[in-house]
Amino acid sequence: MSKLIKDKVLVADAWTLLKESTGPEVLDVVRGKNLIVPLKFWLENGAEIALYEGAIGIWLDSNETPGMINSDLNEIPVIALNFPSFTDGRSYSSARQLRNVYSYRGELRAIGDILRDQIYYLSQCGFNSFSLRHDQDPELCLQAFEDFTTNYQATVSQPTPLFRRR
Amino acid sequence: MYQYDNYDHKMLEDRISQFRDQTNRYISGDLSEAEFLPLRLQNGLYVQRLAPMLRIAVPYGMLSSVQLKKLAHIARYFDKGYAHFTTRQNIQFNWPDLEDVPDILSHLAEVEMHAIQTSGNCIRNTTTDQFAGVAREELEDTRAYCEIIRQWSTFHPEFAYLPRKFKIAVCGTKIDQAATQVHDIGIYLKKNETGETGFRILAGGGLGRTPVIGQEVFDFVNKEDLLIALESILRVYNREGRRDNKYKARIKILVKATGIEAFREKVLEEWQSLDTAEMKLNQAEFDRCAQFFIPPAYKKFDTASPTLEASLKSNALFASWYQQNVNAHKVSGYSIVTVCFKETGVAPGDVTDAQLEKLAELADEYSFGEVRVSHDQNVVLADVRQDQLLELWSALKSNALASANLNLLSDIICCPGGDFCALANAKSIPIAESIQRKFADIKQQQAIGELSVNISGCMNACGHHHVGNIGILGVDKKGAEFYQVSLGGSSRNEASLGKIIGPAFAQDEIPGVIEKLVNVYKAHKKQEEKFIDTYNRIGIEPFKEKVYVKAD
Repeated sequence: MSKLIKDKVLVADAWTLLKESTGPEVLDVVRGKNLIVPLKFWLENGAEIALYEGAIGIWLDSNETPGMINSDLNEIPVIALNFPSFTDGRSYSSARQLRNVYSYRGELRAIGDILRDQIYYLSQCGFNSFSLRHDQDPELCLQAFEDFTTNYQATVSQPTPLFRRR
Repeated sequence: MYQYDNYDHKMLEDRISQFRDQTNRYISGDLSEAEFLPLRLQNGLYVQRLAPMLRIAVPYGMLSSVQLKKLAHIARYFDKGYAHFTTRQNIQFNWPDLEDVPDILSHLAEVEMHAIQTSGNCIRNTTTDQFAGVAREELEDTRAYCEIIRQWSTFHPEFAYLPRKFKIAVCGTKIDQAATQVHDIGIYLKKNETGETGFRILAGGGLGRTPVIGQEVFDFVNKEDLLIALESILRVYNREGRRDNKYKARIKILVKATGIEAFREKVLEEWQSLDTAEMKLNQAEFDRCAQFFIPPAYKKFDTASPTLEASLKSNALFASWYQQNVNAHKVSGYSIVTVCFKETGVAPGDVTDAQLEKLAELADEYSFGEVRVSHDQNVVLADVRQDQLLELWSALKSNALASANLNLLSDIICCPGGDFCALANAKSIPIAESIQRKFADIKQQQAIGELSVNISGCMNACGHHHVGNIGILGVDKKGAEFYQVSLGGSSRNEASLGKIIGPAFAQDEIPGVIEKLVNVYKAHKKQEEKFIDTYNRIGIEPFKEKVYVKAD
């Protein structure tokens, strides 16, 4: 199981990630587990999801946008954004849109190629949980939140840009 | 010049410790080559053909004498005694050791310099006209706005992994020397009907494999909304720019594919969510940044300098340098001096440690301790008293810095090319030299007049060949180095992209080809026409005919 940092603490992951969209029968297999499903699965299996007894979250790939989710986002306890490669920066913008445009307050999780050296920027863009790539040292990753003491820009964690704080 | 406060210093310190740690992890094997690559690039570190190359940011080209001395020190102790001015108003070192880089960064931090975002797929150094604040015809000094953009773009957490690099230029002078229209975002200062300053914003310009002139996204943006406009454009690009093909990843491809109208719609959609009270710039910030660029304590001169007039009459060499390298200043009694780093036999833009130190001394003595690097790889002393021009020229001359070739044929923009760069198809420095040798006589060059020759060693176009009046591009033809020649490019207000004249030439043919092109110009030139004007009037055919004519 991959290691999870949530709200700057190393925690046990209470969620299972459904990596690929399958038929709704998978819900019978995982039975009551908290499940993060792909957007496609969410869009195609609304009726089955409504009946499922566990909690359901959604994950978006980097080419998918928050606007594609067709329901009240704050009803969704966790939204995960995928990084197929750490150099694919699209999900940074999606994260800020989720927090600033859609006022999403739930858990925003970074999944995929999540490494120590990107955690600081990710956290500034509104991610509060990080599913680390298997080879990452979680202790080192926890230090990443202290990489910088402040930013010039308005960010999700510091909405007041530096020029208004100087 | 901008001065760091505790915030700027602290962020820079944070960055150096971060990079020191990353470098150590890379050396010890904990960080893979692929994972280290974007991290080192965002700290200006390339791995080149012979050694790493470290590119130092010179924000909008401004350097103090203290910084010049530090650069001289680094050139001497960490490099082979020289550095290189780039076409992005930056400076680079070609021979540092990887292990030394964190130490070099610490040295730079002492003088408020760094290598942040000088490469990689992020927002690069913002550039502007090298005459900002001193040009005779200027709407407003751009440097405070450049500094605001510098801060906004530095460590922007959302835009560190863009599809491709991103370059912004700002222009406030009447004559655009910043190549503004061939930038990912080009910004022109503008006044609206009520006389308020704002910005006309273009997007999607660029050189490289697919040269494009930028298109207008906004005719006028209020100055408070500058960062909202930039952030909106960047977000659309970050979300939608192509990532499947490196050569189609620049914003110019997105703007073209989307169409400027639809692109603007998308930008405006982002604008709505970003248009918050917090994001708006305020007068306090404009004032804070502007105070770093207030005019220095100019001495008052009521009449033109009589000593200058006398020495122009008595000293022909000085007069020729004056005519070519000295520009009018907005304050009477002062001049703008450009020091050309285009000495024949020296790679364009190369500067030695001793020359850097000399420049620092001269800046202190003659120009309020500051210089500017121009995108055509020269250095400007922006505030020189006219009655001291002769003295300055003599000092420059004794340090091989008095080439009187600004904007002339031998003032060549040239990338490092195949001698240094891993990407190059062909060498470019020896081509520049062979042309300079062919036209060694400065009088001959002056008779030809303003003519830009730009050379790139590959289609990535670091030498801006598309916007040279004569552009030269190194190409690989079955393993041999050949050179394609284009005509009619310009990076000025009437920006245009050069047209390829025909089949490529071998290296040794190039000086002869340039000579033929110049002869066609001379034969057709009307009165005071510049090369580019004659070209625009007569077209490419007469040049083509002459160059490809069969020998009798």
